[in-house]
Amino acid sequence: MPTFWLVLLLLALSALGYVAGRRRALATADGNPGDLHSLPIYYGANVAMTTAVPAFGALVIWVLAQPLFIENRVAGMIPQNLIPENASLGLVMSDVRRLAEGLDLAVETGAMTQAQTLALESETSDIRAQLGGIGVALGSEVRPEVLQAAQAFRRLASNGKDLMILATLMLALGGLTLSFRKSHKDFRARNVVERGVLALLILAASLAILTTVGIVLSMLFETVNFFGLHAWKDFFFGSTWAPNFRGDSELSILPLLWGTFYISAIALLVAVPVGLFAAIYLSEYAGSAVRAFAKPLLEILAGIPTIVYGLFALLTVGPLLLKVFGQGENGLLGLSWMSGATSVLTAGVVMGIMLIPFVSSLSDDIITAVPQSLRDGSLGLGATKSETVRQVVLPAALPGIVGAVLLAASRAIGETMIVVMGAGAIAKFSANPLESMTTITTRVVSQLTGDTDFASPETLVAFALGLSLFVLTLGLNVLALYIVRTYREQYD
Amino acid sequence: MNTMTIMDRTLNTNATKITAKDVNVYYGDTHAIKDVNVEIEANTVTAFIGPSGCGKSTFLRCINRMNDTIDVCRVSGDILLDGEDIYDKRVDPVQLRAKVGMVFQKPNPFPKSIYDNVSYGPKIHGLARNKAEMDEIVEKSLRRAAIWNEVKDRLDAPGTGLSGGQQQRLCIARAIATEPEVLLMDEPCSALDPIATAQVEELIDELRGRYSVVIVTHSMQQAARVSQKTAFFHLGNLVEFGSTGQIFTNPEDPRTESYITGRIG
Repeated sequence: MPTFWLVLLLLALSALGYVAGRRRALATADGNPGDLHSLPIYYGANVAMTTAVPAFGALVIWVLAQPLFIENRVAGMIPQNLIPENASLGLVMSDVRRLAEGLDLAVETGAMTQAQTLALESETSDIRAQLGGIGVALGSEVRPEVLQAAQAFRRLASNGKDLMILATLMLALGGLTLSFRKSHKDFRARNVVERGVLALLILAASLAILTTVGIVLSMLFETVNFFGLHAWKDFFFGSTWAPNFRGDSELSILPLLWGTFYISAIALLVAVPVGLFAAIYLSEYAGSAVRAFAKPLLEILAGIPTIVYGLFALLTVGPLLLKVFGQGENGLLGLSWMSGATSVLTAGVVMGIMLIPFVSSLSDDIITAVPQSLRDGSLGLGATKSETVRQVVLPAALPGIVGAVLLAASRAIGETMIVVMGAGAIAKFSANPLESMTTITTRVVSQLTGDTDFASPETLVAFALGLSLFVLTLGLNVLALYIVRTYREQYD
Repeated sequence: MNTMTIMDRTLNTNATKITAKDVNVYYGDTHAIKDVNVEIEANTVTAFIGPSGCGKSTFLRCINRMNDTIDVCRVSGDILLDGEDIYDKRVDPVQLRAKVGMVFQKPNPFPKSIYDNVSYGPKIHGLARNKAEMDEIVEKSLRRAAIWNEVKDRLDAPGTGLSGGQQQRLCIARAIATEPEVLLMDEPCSALDPIATAQVEELIDELRGRYSVVIVTHSMQQAARVSQKTAFFHLGNLVEFGSTGQIFTNPEDPRTESYITGRIG
């Protein structure tokens, strides 16, 4: 029985439990719902819940744990001399898995009977040709040990599956009977369901947190590997980024960090004034009609995929800047300060445009939240609108605005596509915004794309870079939240 | 002062400060104020009373054109301040509001220091030439608002950290720092406890010596305690306007009597 049918059966059982529990509870109250402790649906939900939850929990754990268990058992059956030179046990194990799957498939399609597959001998029959006939390609001739292991694999998998079905059905039926018998009119089913809902919510929240922890841990392990292969002093305090595959790479984060900060700073120089002024206009001056129309329009900017911004940088902004600052005699200003379309300025300006809606949308909400009474107080003293905004509204909204800017900054630091396409790929320290530079994110991409060897520092450095980036943006976000929270109460 | 002495209260005949003629106010389709005519005298406390939604706050906000900040609000008729129409095109509403100060229902000190709260208006209007003059204005205003002794040692502390009654007196100090001629107060005590209310009421009586004060209040006792003139609004109409003593002891209109005795409102 495939797992799919098992799931359906479990669902059917819990549906049955719902109806039965509801009916029994009503029966104990002589059909009068008013005598029940809880609404009838709670009794049904309680039975359905106790039927489904333990069974599905066991099912999930079983499905995850069984392959690990079988793998372990079968791996012990493979003799050491079978493992070819320069290869690992994993290679042989994948042969075993493939053979086992092939035989299962042969039974399923009817090419062989179950008995035939069990009676197979590697010496007497050409298994490779037979399986090739139903579309399973094996890498080499099947050796007797591998066949034996594959048969053991099949046996264990099939037994495990039977056991799994048995166990989950037992759990489901046990839960069903237990809670069905408890469905009495005095039973507090409502409270039990309430606890179930709470558990569901906690599960969802902890899944999100566990995922974060998992991401950080996986990065951390690879980073530790990296520092085992490469000096940490060079990574943090070196001055050159020059990966090569001769084994003497210089992998320092500092030139990348410089590029990241430079581009982010230019992006913020574009985004903060424009975004803030747009927010002030929208929240203080614009009429409701303009606001209803302009705010969503501005927020469309936030919905544009960053790759499209990258194209914009590559095809429009870069050549435009080149026309202004480069090309010597042919340029607009006759300057030749810029040699190519990719530059810090190109990426920074386009990234700034991307960040405008972040700054404006958050600041708009924050400015709108400043109490109207403060504005009235200032206007009532004879201040003009812009004096009121400058001297009363903005100072009151400042903590929130700082928070918005920091959030935008952490977006800028983590941005990848725009920099890949607009900033170039040269890692260096330079104060000239018209030169190409590169950032942490683009180096992570380039170190991990193509043929990679996960034992070399040139690849593993990507994880160290990624972790540094994570720590950096996390720090900024924490700082932003801290500022927003600490100063928020001022006018509440 | 209690109501028993209202009749004996001397009423100087003062010059007219504000004249309203046939004032109508519309909020979109709602006719909020209907043909109001009233004359407000200088150096007098005039109280506007009436049930909620009767238009007394709306009318108050017409006097310094605060209604201009509401898009859907339209005002017709004339309001004259010292004989000049404040709705004339030549009048700058921003300048007008410096002359007609306002204190709001809820204390609304800015999230700045006490000093900066008071110096805000003078700074905007350039009333002080140097720091010493500004210090003088701030001290004078805080003294007039009867809060100087409580805050003189902590002028740098945030105004939002004061108690409710202190905050409201700070707001009054802030309003009188720009040397207005008229002070409008929109239920200035509704968010205050009885002790703070008593302090603010005492202050209002003192302010009468310099300014013409118009106060909107829900409390009839308060109107009786602090005002010399009272106007009763009902459903957007000015029902009755006269000396406080006459309104509270011998109202002409049956609606006024019903409201004062608690039968409507």
